[in-house]
Amino acid sequence: MADPTQTGSLQIRNVSKFFGQFRAVNDICLDIRNGEFLTLLGPSGSGKTTLLMMIAGFLDISKGEIALDGASISDVPAEKRNFGMVFQGYALFPHMTVRDNVGYALSVRKRPADEIRNRVDEMLELVQLQEFADRKPGQLSGGQQQRVALARALCFAPPVLLLDEPLGALDKKLRVEVQEQLKDIHRRVGTTFIYVTHDQEEALSMSDRIVIMRDGAIEQVGTPKELYERPINQFTASFLGKSNFIHQQGKVFALRPEKIDLMPGNENTEARMRGAIRSITYFGSMQRIIVDTDEGDEIEVDIDVWRNASDLTEGVRVDLLWKDSAAVELQTG
Amino acid sequence: MQALNRHIHTGWLIIAPLLLMVVALYLGPILNILWLSVTDPEPGFGNYAKLTEGDALIRIVWTTVRICIITTVFSVIFGYSIAYAMVHCHQRQKTYMLTLLLVSFWISILVRTFAWLMLLGRKGLVNVTLEDIGLVAEPIAFMRNELGVLIGMVHYMIPYAVLPLLVSMQSIDQRVMDASRNLGASGSQTFWRVYLPMTMPGLVASTLLVFILSLGFYVTPAVLGGGKVLMVAEYISVQLLVTLKWGTAAMLAAIMLFGVLAMLWIMSRFMKLSTVFGGAAR
Repeated sequence: MADPTQTGSLQIRNVSKFFGQFRAVNDICLDIRNGEFLTLLGPSGSGKTTLLMMIAGFLDISKGEIALDGASISDVPAEKRNFGMVFQGYALFPHMTVRDNVGYALSVRKRPADEIRNRVDEMLELVQLQEFADRKPGQLSGGQQQRVALARALCFAPPVLLLDEPLGALDKKLRVEVQEQLKDIHRRVGTTFIYVTHDQEEALSMSDRIVIMRDGAIEQVGTPKELYERPINQFTASFLGKSNFIHQQGKVFALRPEKIDLMPGNENTEARMRGAIRSITYFGSMQRIIVDTDEGDEIEVDIDVWRNASDLTEGVRVDLLWKDSAAVELQTG
Repeated sequence: MQALNRHIHTGWLIIAPLLLMVVALYLGPILNILWLSVTDPEPGFGNYAKLTEGDALIRIVWTTVRICIITTVFSVIFGYSIAYAMVHCHQRQKTYMLTLLLVSFWISILVRTFAWLMLLGRKGLVNVTLEDIGLVAEPIAFMRNELGVLIGMVHYMIPYAVLPLLVSMQSIDQRVMDASRNLGASGSQTFWRVYLPMTMPGLVASTLLVFILSLGFYVTPAVLGGGKVLMVAEYISVQLLVTLKWGTAAMLAAIMLFGVLAMLWIMSRFMKLSTVFGGAAR
């Protein structure tokens, strides 16, 4: 069992990782709070997995320091860090039953058999796999394997749980379901979760805070709402959700498609821009309209389907309206 | 023809020549040997009864089994270490190691046996060197005994032991070992509880391969044993060519065949043989 006085706050201080000349992670500073659900989000090659592997202890830190509750763990080997981890592809032990997989961490710590049995039962109940205890991983579906991996990683009550794209192998419908379960389990165990993904929807729906990474550095850190409502640059604005970019008086503004309103005709005095509808795409819950403005820009507008939009058809002239607060000024350069 | 088509799938016609060849070239001779063992020189189980009369034959069978077991144990232990090193070293070293392995694989067993003859003789390189640096006063008897036969056989068998293990080790996902470490297992715990069980099919395949091949060894025991270490294959050859007791030879061959089949059967009680021979584990 992990030390109960240990909490799960991590301090990442000026951490870098070089592979030869290549800087995979470049001078990152980050404070991870005890018990939070933190997501490292970025495109492939942004260094998010490299950072996670350094936290887990599978990769050496080239420069800087990682500390748990203020005490450096940079030189602690992976097997002594007591961090749970859910691997990409799950990495279950194929020759062991689900029960032995989940109890592995306790069994290598030489805990008594009945303690292991009780704890494994508890974990299997948490992930709702009680009736699969005696199966081998090969006899389970992808979603079930994912839950075994989660139970195995949480069994020894680690202060921190690392998750490396755990939903990558699941189909879209299952993924949404598992997101709910993961969030629920996080609430119940209260462990710090550090979650790596390139899927922005996953990041938005589950995280307490999101760290957006690009080229080995942090672009922006904040709650999902902060990041979505107040992106600081074009990368964040376009990586998290969709965004229009409007250039006015030498400044750049980000404007979310759903925050724009459309009025047919060209008589509205409030109009910020005028243009003509190029195309309309129906998505069920909303429709996406692309407008060619008179300034020569292309603006995407999302309109709720319940709004009667029979007067909006391709080729129609429209006014574009939005509130002042909807346009967010971005840092340039 | 119509009636025939209805009962026999036409696909059989395509594989019929191969099927006939297998029957003619493999099954036929095997049946012939089994037939000989119960008919020559007279019908009955006289040849098999010889195993119980006197202990000469039993001693030969026992020597063979003992040498094969020792050879297998050492070949597989060395093979496991070599395969492990090959899988976990850098690509360049791996290529070198594979080349060396295959070169020794391709050199004729006769050449390799005679090479050991040069090295291990009373005035061979090994004994001369040991005497020169003063480690031994008398030359060590490496040859004309079991030790020599074992050295030659293990050396010959190592590549056979390595190859199935290499395949098995290469198919292991490194993340599974990482997971074991992450869960707090030490290096040796990870090896015994995860790595070794996961390479078990390769280990069994290589053990079976080496043991079965060792059973039929002829050249190495004949040359390095110098007539002192009589194994079944050499004895069969003597029965065939010198004493012309074909029935005894056929009986010994049949015993070896049944021995191998029995071993495969016992193995199949413990694990799916298809996983050993490369099939999917399910």
